[in-house]
Amino acid sequence: MSMSGPTDGFPDNAPDAVDPLAELRGVDVRFDKQVVLRDISIAIPRGQTLAIIGESGCGKSVTLKTLIGLLRPSRGDVFFDRQKLDELSERELAEQRTRFGFVFQQAALFDSMSVGQNVAFPLRQHRRMKPSEIRDKVHLRLAEVGLPEAVVTKKPAELSGGMRKRVGLARALVMEPDLILYDEPTTGLDPIMSDVINQLILRTRDNLHVTSVVVTHDMNSARKVADRIIMLYPLSRLRPEEPQIIFDGTPEELDQAEDRRVIQFIHGEAGERLMEMREAGVTP
Amino acid sequence: MSNAPSASLSSRSPRSVLSPISNSIAAWGVLVIETVIAVGAISLFMYRTLAWMSTRLPRRETLLPNFNQVGVLSLPVIALTGTFIGMVLAVQSYSQFKLLGLESRLGAVINMSLVRELGPVLAATMLAGRVGSAMSAELGTMRVTEQIDALASMGCNPIHYLVVPRFLACLILIPTLTVMADFMGVVGGYFFSVHILGIDMHHYWDNARDFVGLWDLFSGIFKSFFFGAAIAMVSCYQGFNCTAGAEGVGRAATAAFVYSFVSILVLDLFLNIFLEAAYEQFLPDRPVLL
Repeated sequence: MSMSGPTDGFPDNAPDAVDPLAELRGVDVRFDKQVVLRDISIAIPRGQTLAIIGESGCGKSVTLKTLIGLLRPSRGDVFFDRQKLDELSERELAEQRTRFGFVFQQAALFDSMSVGQNVAFPLRQHRRMKPSEIRDKVHLRLAEVGLPEAVVTKKPAELSGGMRKRVGLARALVMEPDLILYDEPTTGLDPIMSDVINQLILRTRDNLHVTSVVVTHDMNSARKVADRIIMLYPLSRLRPEEPQIIFDGTPEELDQAEDRRVIQFIHGEAGERLMEMREAGVTP
Repeated sequence: MSNAPSASLSSRSPRSVLSPISNSIAAWGVLVIETVIAVGAISLFMYRTLAWMSTRLPRRETLLPNFNQVGVLSLPVIALTGTFIGMVLAVQSYSQFKLLGLESRLGAVINMSLVRELGPVLAATMLAGRVGSAMSAELGTMRVTEQIDALASMGCNPIHYLVVPRFLACLILIPTLTVMADFMGVVGGYFFSVHILGIDMHHYWDNARDFVGLWDLFSGIFKSFFFGAAIAMVSCYQGFNCTAGAEGVGRAATAAFVYSFVSILVLDLFLNIFLEAAYEQFLPDRPVLL
């Protein structure tokens, strides 16, 4: 099944050679002097739903944005469908991005446009379709995420947080992407709406057979939607020789993990953080 | 106590004496490096804008709202500013010219000041405040709410979709608005001079016609293209590089106005030097005002 070979530009010794759709290979990302990701290698096979977990500031969202070329790594390579994103021109990269769907943490809907225009936006930009076809597709996608037709004319500011996220999901799905990325899809939502979003992620995976990456620190969500979970750890708490990925396995394996840092995170225990805060003069 | 002698020694060491000087040199070095980086970044931003503009023009539905925002909605404020500047020029120049018995030359002074300098500069300044800050705040908000990332993630180039239409709107419409400011200033100056100060209309227009030529009008409009481009570039760059939060957006909007204004003045100086040299070269027989 391996597609690798020295001639096609795809690495021979990929971490997971089972036809990865997307891959980070030895990636470092830094902002000025601050290193956020260090030597990250992740291969995402087609059809997999990968959850990336970790505490705030550990580089989860940066990983997601690096995967689709929104951020350029300072070292290492990013591959999508066997193409190295670094080697693509701006125009070719834009073309590739039509194969991604990105659901942003705060939905990132264009607030100057209505819901319908937001969902139709990628189609208007990249497909030659009649207005009636676009309208039908928008209604279909909105129905899939459980939104009534009446929301089409509303502005994003008139919607609740959960509705905005669902519109964001409908917009991400409208181009029928190969890879869909969710940046903290359940953050800020009540438990019921969180579950609705989880169910939508599962339904999307089953109906469209799409590869998904979910960045979250919601353990319920990660366990519910993921086939595989990766945990990142903040570099500020690691020694230079320690790997930043401290767990890579199935949700079942996560529950049996013996790493103290993983156990602390999945059980939501402050641990030594309280002591550090006291030492820094901050009393919680 | 044991540290005291060494501290006293170190305070007299050459390194300690030189440290304020080296710190100051380092601070200047940082400033120079940051300035070079900023100039490089904005040049690259401009290059990418021009590259996208030459490859593919934006669609009508993205261009027209920007034309409306920059052109149509700015008309009233530009017309009002132009009218009052014309009248203020009449008020300020009248007493001095009357002392010399040259009040009928007011038409020449007002109209020349307006079309060559005040019309373009004030129209550009008003637009830097009205349009530049708004552009920067809008793009800054889009940056902090990840709307710009959303555009890029959907395969739309944010420079092509957001910057090129704004750049074109400023480039094309600021000269048009300058003509409007000139016209309203001429009308305002005429109204105040003739109807309030009682200057003879025939002499007023006669002098204006003799001393204000096509070159003056051309030089004002020529400069306004550069002002429009500078306002769009500076404002969009500030918006695109906005830091997080409401404070970041506010700072970007303020910086957009301040840097646009400074750019207008700096460009004005260099363009005037260039235009004067061109005038001397091609049209040496200039009419003398006094």
